[in-house]
Amino acid sequence: MPELRTRGRVGESVPRPDAPAKVRGDFSFGSDLVAPGMLYAKTLRSPHAHALIRSLDVAQAISMPGVRAVLTAADLPGVRLFSLHDPPDQPVLVGVGEEVRYAGEPVAVVAADHPEQARRAAAAIEADYELLPALTDPVEAIRAGSVLRELLIRRGDPEARAEVVVDGYYELGQQDQAPLGPEAGLAVPAGDGSVDLHVATQALHVDLGQVEACLALRPGAVRLHLAGVGGAFGAREDLSIHIHACLLALRTGRPVKMWYGREESFVGHVHRHPAQMWYSTGADRSGALVFVRATIVLDGGAYASSSGAVTANAACFGAGPYRVPNALVWSGAARTNSVPNGAMRGFGAVQTCFAHESQMDALAARLGMDPVQLRLKNALRSGEQLITGQRVTGAAPLEELIRLCAELPEPARSGHRLSLPGGAGNVAEAANVVRATGFAVGFKNIAYSEGHDDYSTARVRLERGPDGRALASIKTAASEVGQGVVTITQQIARTELGVEEVVSLPADTTVGDAGSSSASRQTWMTGSAVQLASRRVAEEVLRRAGPPARSLDAGQVLDAEGMALAPIELFLEEPIEREFEYHHRPTSGLNPEGQGDAHVSFMFVAHRATVDVDPEAGLARVVEVATAQDVGKALNPLQVHGQIEGGIAQGVGMATMEEIKQREGKILNASFTDYIIPTALDMPAVSSILVEEPEPDAPYGAKGVGEPPLISSPAAIAAALRAATGRRLGRLPVSPDELAGLAECEPDWEVTPGVSPSDGRRRQR
Amino acid sequence: MSSLRLHVNGEEVEAEAWEGESLLYFLREGLGRFGSKNACEQGECGSCSVLLDGRLVCACLVLAAAAAGSEIVTIEGLAGDPITAAVQRAMVEAGGVQCGFCTPGFVVSLADLLRRNRNPDEYELREALSGNLCRCTGYLRIFEAARRAAAELRA
Ligand code: FES
Ligand code: FES
Repeated sequence: MPELRTRGRVGESVPRPDAPAKVRGDFSFGSDLVAPGMLYAKTLRSPHAHALIRSLDVAQAISMPGVRAVLTAADLPGVRLFSLHDPPDQPVLVGVGEEVRYAGEPVAVVAADHPEQARRAAAAIEADYELLPALTDPVEAIRAGSVLRELLIRRGDPEARAEVVVDGYYELGQQDQAPLGPEAGLAVPAGDGSVDLHVATQALHVDLGQVEACLALRPGAVRLHLAGVGGAFGAREDLSIHIHACLLALRTGRPVKMWYGREESFVGHVHRHPAQMWYSTGADRSGALVFVRATIVLDGGAYASSSGAVTANAACFGAGPYRVPNALVWSGAARTNSVPNGAMRGFGAVQTCFAHESQMDALAARLGMDPVQLRLKNALRSGEQLITGQRVTGAAPLEELIRLCAELPEPARSGHRLSLPGGAGNVAEAANVVRATGFAVGFKNIAYSEGHDDYSTARVRLERGPDGRALASIKTAASEVGQGVVTITQQIARTELGVEEVVSLPADTTVGDAGSSSASRQTWMTGSAVQLASRRVAEEVLRRAGPPARSLDAGQVLDAEGMALAPIELFLEEPIEREFEYHHRPTSGLNPEGQGDAHVSFMFVAHRATVDVDPEAGLARVVEVATAQDVGKALNPLQVHGQIEGGIAQGVGMATMEEIKQREGKILNASFTDYIIPTALDMPAVSSILVEEPEPDAPYGAKGVGEPPLISSPAAIAAALRAATGRRLGRLPVSPDELAGLAECEPDWEVTPGVSPSDGRRRQR
Repeated sequence: MSSLRLHVNGEEVEAEAWEGESLLYFLREGLGRFGSKNACEQGECGSCSVLLDGRLVCACLVLAAAAAGSEIVTIEGLAGDPITAAVQRAMVEAGGVQCGFCTPGFVVSLADLLRRNRNPDEYELREALSGNLCRCTGYLRIFEAARRAAAELRA
């Protein structure tokens, strides 16, 4: 008898359920929504990084053709501040007598029949500003006490001495998530004073709490629905159009559609924190690490957003995934007059990975040791402690990752002209091209940390479908942002219920919170909730079937021998529905010494980059990135590889081209013409190995996979570029001038690693 | 606002338009054909790719009024086209789709390439797709989809 087995279970490379609609252009994103009588909204934003609003005159704007409403801070009904941070600190709109704190901060919103009418009306609002000095240097801000969060990690002897010591200064530029879908949504007022907001977001309930407070409506009067999300990467954790669109819809009584153009998007969401990092790393002559001391300064921008958690991550992972007996790490985020910085894929770990891995290479050079061997010698193992004192209890196959990644075959050379650094229009000389490799490892936490009660809710229903066969449906509020949580949760339901027909119901706030699609957490969190809700449904089927029913598979109720007893639908006269709220193991905060079991689990990764460089021309091409990644269990290998390749593309961008340029707090390159992301011509080959060592507590042992590809790929590329050029390259993205030796990254401040920059001195040049 | 008539996907269509409206805006908000996407509206990403008299263009860079008299084909209008169908199948199966915002643009571009060249080498492929940005996939699975679709069309 053939084995009965449900198709599309966990572990299979199941195609995405939403892909057919997406390839036809039928999938509806936030900017594709329409409703009868819909208006379009635009935002008036401050052109100044820091200014007092002396007056706002909307009289002319309101009288312009097609204009239906113009709202300023004077029209706000509820709490005037919002934030991911508690207490909130970011104004919904900045009002008269108040200060704008970054260039691009919203001052007024307009709804009109046509977006061009709304744009013109917004431009016709007369705003009178008194300019104030803009604080844009994060070190100066910290010295002035303008700090969003600072913390210290102290472990062992903070003054430990070592036989070999390397010091280094590193910088990382401000990276944009650049999701292709713009911030977008549609607010639809209901007749009873309530409102439905359809929005592209990473976290419906996190948004809901903030929107409710600011609209001051009765409980339940705001309902959020997930609109199609065109990528996120951290850019949709903070609110964008949400409150503005709802306010305008409630004021006009008509649906209001809103989306940001690409230029506006650059000030319409947070970015990756730019970082300045002073490091000192000590080892004995055998290469065993003795200490890491570091000062990490992050530019938090004008408002708190998630700077607090990013500051903690930068510190917790700041010494790298190594045994470090003595550590002193100071990490702080400055409040400045820059567009706020917050969540982006890798969340604090990308910044410090570049620094700790650059330090490991410098140390290897000083010791005359192979950089891969140095990492192997110090690699953290399960059961050992981080610099926060936390013992890693789950899988930590770092040594295996390092070995496997280093052993992957190196790429062949291509003779094609497009394979040269600089591509088609290049001036690189084939004869000058130097090939080199670089290696880096990284790690990061999964899910929320520092005592946050992190949970997700799922409702699973099993009933007879239209064809009479068993049909399962999954209801969660988890945001599908492109990462594939819809695919994974369907695979989990199939596995647990033995039913192939599974549908995902629209995500909205009529079901419990699923938390954010961030921190690589949805596979674990919502995956667990779906798994456990499904198990309860399966138990009920088996209870109804009675003995000898033991399990479900391939649409059948099976006995202990795996023999089919009856089709599942036989027991579904009444549908079965179960809900489960899954919480991960509690974590604790960090004490004043930065010690504590702050994280639930860790993901490890290794990268090896191969580059071709024409050092004279300052041109480089990343030829290949090889990687071994700790995934626990690949629930969908196709999707895991997709995350790895997509994350590496963003790593190539971070290392070689992507940076938001600012002058006096104003963004100079807010377009895809000037903010360059990797194209099909820039993408290197990727060769990857998935290491599957199951994580206890995680569903089927699966860790998150989204962030690690971007943690150490930039550091590996930097290492390869250094090996090819012999230059120091202390800054990402690496510029052509630095590659060619025409410029070098130098700190403006002298800071002792491990000590607050408040005690530093401005360097004389 | 005035009325504008265009040929879209083999039909004569008419809607109100503001002078200066892009073809992309008119297709989306005027005609309700949202398959062409608006990732940048600056001519840099290819998410709005359409065929204008058989030529691949960014609809955000074309004035709607200037497209009068031309035959416009969008992702929706390629529904019955066997080359497009092969590309769409391959994109789904090869994992070329994540968030999907870039996807209609890639499908239009890839179908255009394969119409002219059934056997593109890696560099022809990369060059042909260099006007389409994708932020999610890292492109490699889109290349794989292109190879699979090309092989299917050659068979
Ligand atoms: S939207 Fe037209 S090229 Fe980006
Ligand atoms: S799949 Fe998201 S931009 Fe390409």
